[in-house]
Amino acid sequence: MNSIKPYVMVTGALFVLLVITVGAAYVNLGAFNTPVAMLISLSKASLIVLFFMHVRHSNPLIHIFVLVGFFWLGIMLTLSLSDFLTRHP
Amino acid sequence: MNAIATPQAPPQPPSHEPSYLAVENTVRSWLLTTDHKRIGILYMISITLFFLVGGAAATLMRLNLLTPQGALVTSTTYNKLFTIHGVIMVWFFLIPSVPTVIGNFVLPMMLGARDVAFPRLNLASWYLFIGGGAFALWAIIAGGVDTGWTFYTPYSSTYANGHVIAMATGIFIAGFGSIATGLNFIVTVHKMRAPGLTWHRLPLFVWSMYSTSVILVLATPVLAITLVLMALERAFGIGIFDPAIGGDPLLFQHLFWFYSHPAVYIMILPGMGVVSEIIACFSRKAVFGYYFVAYSSVAIAVLGFVVWGHHMFVSSQSIYAGMVFSILSFLVSIPSAIKVFNWTATLYRGSIWFQTPFLYVLGFIGLFTIGGLTGLFLAALAVDVHLTDTYFVIAHFHYIMVGGMVMAYLGGLHYWWPKISGRMYPELLAKLSALFIFAGFNLTFFPQFILGYLGMPRRYHAYAPEFQVLNVLSTAGASILAIGYFLPLAYFLWSLRYGKVAGPNPWQATGLEWTTESPPPEHNFTVVPIVTEPPYAYDPVAAEEALAAKREQREPAYVR
Repeated sequence: MNSIKPYVMVTGALFVLLVITVGAAYVNLGAFNTPVAMLISLSKASLIVLFFMHVRHSNPLIHIFVLVGFFWLGIMLTLSLSDFLTRHP
Repeated sequence: MNAIATPQAPPQPPSHEPSYLAVENTVRSWLLTTDHKRIGILYMISITLFFLVGGAAATLMRLNLLTPQGALVTSTTYNKLFTIHGVIMVWFFLIPSVPTVIGNFVLPMMLGARDVAFPRLNLASWYLFIGGGAFALWAIIAGGVDTGWTFYTPYSSTYANGHVIAMATGIFIAGFGSIATGLNFIVTVHKMRAPGLTWHRLPLFVWSMYSTSVILVLATPVLAITLVLMALERAFGIGIFDPAIGGDPLLFQHLFWFYSHPAVYIMILPGMGVVSEIIACFSRKAVFGYYFVAYSSVAIAVLGFVVWGHHMFVSSQSIYAGMVFSILSFLVSIPSAIKVFNWTATLYRGSIWFQTPFLYVLGFIGLFTIGGLTGLFLAALAVDVHLTDTYFVIAHFHYIMVGGMVMAYLGGLHYWWPKISGRMYPELLAKLSALFIFAGFNLTFFPQFILGYLGMPRRYHAYAPEFQVLNVLSTAGASILAIGYFLPLAYFLWSLRYGKVAGPNPWQATGLEWTTESPPPEHNFTVVPIVTEPPYAYDPVAAEEALAAKREQREPAYVR
């Protein structure tokens, strides 16, 4: 990726998503408030990881390490939730 | 002399370059060096100074505990002392010890490389470490912190007086040094191996350093985030952990131990790598079950991430989570036991050579086993309710951290000292100090198992009078331990000038680091080594014959 064009496009997309984030904060979606916010932030993070961090055009070893990072994040969330979701007041 | 070891590659032709120590000797050349060996030395000097700070705090605590009333310091000062001891020893001594000193020095050489993959990043790691250390020292000098090294909320974020944010900033900065070192080692192992050095020909030290690096990269960012959240709550009252303002205090403990339990394995895995190298060399045998020892390092690194809840059994964590974490904690003992059994099996029918590094390793195996087995007591949910926050826990983790890791670090320093300095240390004195350390360590910490079992709580500056005898024994042991630690400091410095010249391979060991000169030239190797052998191609029979011939020469009556 030598051309500057993809970076400009990704930056634009991030700003659009930022506007959507702010917009969504003003609309009450009830139970969907959190899932929608998470979905938008996940899209932003994916764009940054894939394009700004060059993961999309890297070799498979890099892909494995990125996936390992997310898998470990999953371990942290899942096992923490094994406490938070099973508490009896 | 018969061939007792086949090196992984032939010895290097003589280099006509000056050694890495002699290349240039200005302060500037040291502070701006990108040579992995010099950076290793910089780390060695810095962590030794931090060890003295952490050790001084421990000395004051042990002196205070000589009497039940705790006559030496007030309770507030005592709280600050154990915080200093914990923070400095964990983040500024144990975590960097083997990886940044021995790892930096020998890892690239074991791979047949000229340097690590990112030499400038390597130097930057050291500066981050020193920057973080400066913050921590400033926090100590300015009045200290009394939260303990764990910074539990809401105490740390709301109620504690003292320089909590400065201390946390120090750890935060030093953490980035850890991450950079881990990243550097991962890339180095993937990309810089010499021709022929396949993954299954790697020395076991490299496997353990690789596993350690993976933990450093995956766990340390979580610590950074947790400390930032704690600081945000403390500085701006944003409710994250304090229940009074809408937070959850257990969230802090989950996040903190998600880093800090794997950090235990950051501290012990490199030591296990050192043990594998030394045990093969001094029993003149290949490590028994290479694949099992190698992959048990990886298994420890992975399983180490799923056990953190055993620090929270009595914290009001749910019973269900407690059970899950208890079972998972038992699992981690499997790869640890594999290592211990395989090291012991390596000794069987080996040609044992009792030199100082080997003494440290034997100490490691025994003490690590005691530390590991008492860990199973603590992983058992019901037993832990009785033992939580008692001296049993203190004794348990000191058997791992000091009896294990510090022993391994010292063993490794003695083993690679001829390579680092080009000189031999005085063997008799070194053996004596190893024995001092072993005896002093056990006298210090074994009584603490009993104290904890009897119910003496940790983190108090005073205690019930019936505990005095065991506390006096413990303090007496600590003074022997201190002598054991000062001796190597003295004779290593002495040997720099007066030690016997070591030669390239004083132990007749097999690794690539022993094929080059001692001390090595700036770029380690004059020609790129080509690896044709697996590691540890020792021959115990030839070693025994060589030893017998030597005995016959010196003391004919001794040979039957």
